[in-house]
Amino acid sequence: MTAAATEPGRTEATRDDRVAGRSLAARLLSRPEVGSLVGAVVIFLLFMAVAAPFRNVANIGTILYGASAIGIMAVPVALLMIGGEFDLSAGVAVTTSGLSASLIAWNFGLNVWMGVLLALAVSLAIGAFNGWLLLRTGLPSFLVTLGTFFILQGVNLGVTRLLTGNVATADISDMDGFAAAQKVFGSEVALGPVTLKVTVLYWVVLTVVAAYVLLRTRVGNWIFAVGGDAGAARAMGVPVRATKIGLFMAVGFCGWVSGMHLLFQFNTVQSGEGIGKEFIFIIAAVIGGCLLTGGYGSVVGASVGALIFGMTQLGINYAGWNPDWFKTFLGVMLLLATVVNVYVKRKADLR
Amino acid sequence: MARTSRMTMLVTGAVAALALAACSSGGGKQSTDQDAPAAAAADTPKMTVAFITHAAPGDTFWDLVRKGAEAAARKDNIDLQYQSDPDGANQANLVQSAIDKKVDGIAVTLAKPDAMKANVEKAAQAGVPVVALNGGIDAWKSMGVLGYFGQDERIAGEAAGERLKADGAKKALCVIQEQGHVGLEARCDGAKSAFSDMEKIYVTGTDMPSVQAAITSKLQQDPGIDHVLTLGAPFAMTAVKSVKDAGTSAKVVTFDTNKELVSAIKDGQVEWAVDQQPYLQGYLAVDSLWLYKTNGNMIGGGQATLTGPAFIDKSNVAAVEQFAGNGTR
Repeated sequence: MTAAATEPGRTEATRDDRVAGRSLAARLLSRPEVGSLVGAVVIFLLFMAVAAPFRNVANIGTILYGASAIGIMAVPVALLMIGGEFDLSAGVAVTTSGLSASLIAWNFGLNVWMGVLLALAVSLAIGAFNGWLLLRTGLPSFLVTLGTFFILQGVNLGVTRLLTGNVATADISDMDGFAAAQKVFGSEVALGPVTLKVTVLYWVVLTVVAAYVLLRTRVGNWIFAVGGDAGAARAMGVPVRATKIGLFMAVGFCGWVSGMHLLFQFNTVQSGEGIGKEFIFIIAAVIGGCLLTGGYGSVVGASVGALIFGMTQLGINYAGWNPDWFKTFLGVMLLLATVVNVYVKRKADLR
Repeated sequence: MARTSRMTMLVTGAVAALALAACSSGGGKQSTDQDAPAAAAADTPKMTVAFITHAAPGDTFWDLVRKGAEAAARKDNIDLQYQSDPDGANQANLVQSAIDKKVDGIAVTLAKPDAMKANVEKAAQAGVPVVALNGGIDAWKSMGVLGYFGQDERIAGEAAGERLKADGAKKALCVIQEQGHVGLEARCDGAKSAFSDMEKIYVTGTDMPSVQAAITSKLQQDPGIDHVLTLGAPFAMTAVKSVKDAGTSAKVVTFDTNKELVSAIKDGQVEWAVDQQPYLQGYLAVDSLWLYKTNGNMIGGGQATLTGPAFIDKSNVAAVEQFAGNGTR
């Protein structure tokens, strides 16, 4: 990174190559997200070639919507993974948030916005609880959040049944504030032929903000430090507790954004939803270059991972391939994207 | 210090309460609350019935089945023990635990008959009366089960296919929300046998945004699709949004109903629904066990009792609507 400091008397030719500066191209290629970007381009070109509707500009909105539904959560999950932790409750927590907003507003006859705000409190509290329990018990986050995952699944179902007598929330579209909240969380804008859902905007904003925080602020350095070696980080004076709890709360916050979309897009929330999505978020982050061991990764990469996932899911439909094999195609495409990712990275590291 | 923080908390609490009160809204629970009609319970001795289904957690269809079962249990002075597990082996274990608890009767769904067979037969041998509902119309008789309440999924699918043909559909899309589910496949196959120009698409039922995007992409890929057939009410509501996103004029039709779907049929967003009367399935299953225990009767007389398929469309939705509001249709 830094220019080589040459000792007096030494010529350029004998410069120690261990401290030599790398070319701009090599530095760019060694960014963790580059591999996934190339993977995304490969998948994109593949579907451009085989699927006619994929080439239609108007359908970009659909693809980006599919990707944004994953991306909004993949961003904080990537941050958390760089910080060295997992959150298996992330998928179900999205449903919990949507249910909370709907049930609070409906049960107490409140303005929908009150439900939305209290749901934010619930989501942040779940994140804080995950982080607190993790640090309190010293257990791996895999276990702690697995516990929350099951607890929330039961709570989602149990509380919904208790309050409504059903397993889905009642339709709250006739309540005060719903229309305004729907504009914020479930609207769409037409840009020429492309109709973009508001989630795409949230996804992009979250990616930019998170990437800035990670790469350009002190908090970002803390995240890398606690993920790399929490003990060393603490010794250096990094607030490990606050960083980790903050990361879990960031997941909670994004879960709230996602949950509000779920509620205001579909008017009701089914209490059994969201199971299995936590792995999709983690997969998107890993495709994007996050290490499972922490300390390394990229937010932009996670977003590209979400894009790869979204393109593949919908591209298979656009290509009209036999649906029985859908999951197989999905698996092959993801492997392809990841192999390209690894290949590009290895090439870059050799330069 | 402690004093001030307590004061702060009090003030915060009061402000929050005021804010909550100020933000009250129309609609919500208050406007739907009403007393359920109280029915007198039978004076027969209390009996225990285990009600064991393959329902996935959070599926609105099973709300209706369960409500029917609970209504019958209240009337018949029955202690109803409702349990469910979508996994065949786990559901079979629930039957075993019901036998161990020495319940007075078992109502069970046989969606995965091969997994259930051994334990259901064991229950019958142990002298516990068993009735089947919802799934397993081809399998229940050979297991020593007393009666069956449900629809034949394939016949229901054929009826849906015939209806599509009568509606003048040209090409239809069948949306399956769970890959490898026998009953759902039978519906699609039945519909396909009566209406050949039908394609399938698999979606992840637990992830609504991806369901919406998947159906949209299929409609964009093949603009010739003019009917979308979903296999559950929540998915029909999502398909309506997909059709709007894709900008086609495809019509949405579905299997099964819930409260939102009934209003959607009334508004014309959804054309029709195949109704298998889930409430009735739950009700009859429990009531038949009571009749068998108290009077030796068998509903259906050894034959399957069909609860569907019936169609709900604009012409008869008004009659269903009042009951759907109670969450029982």
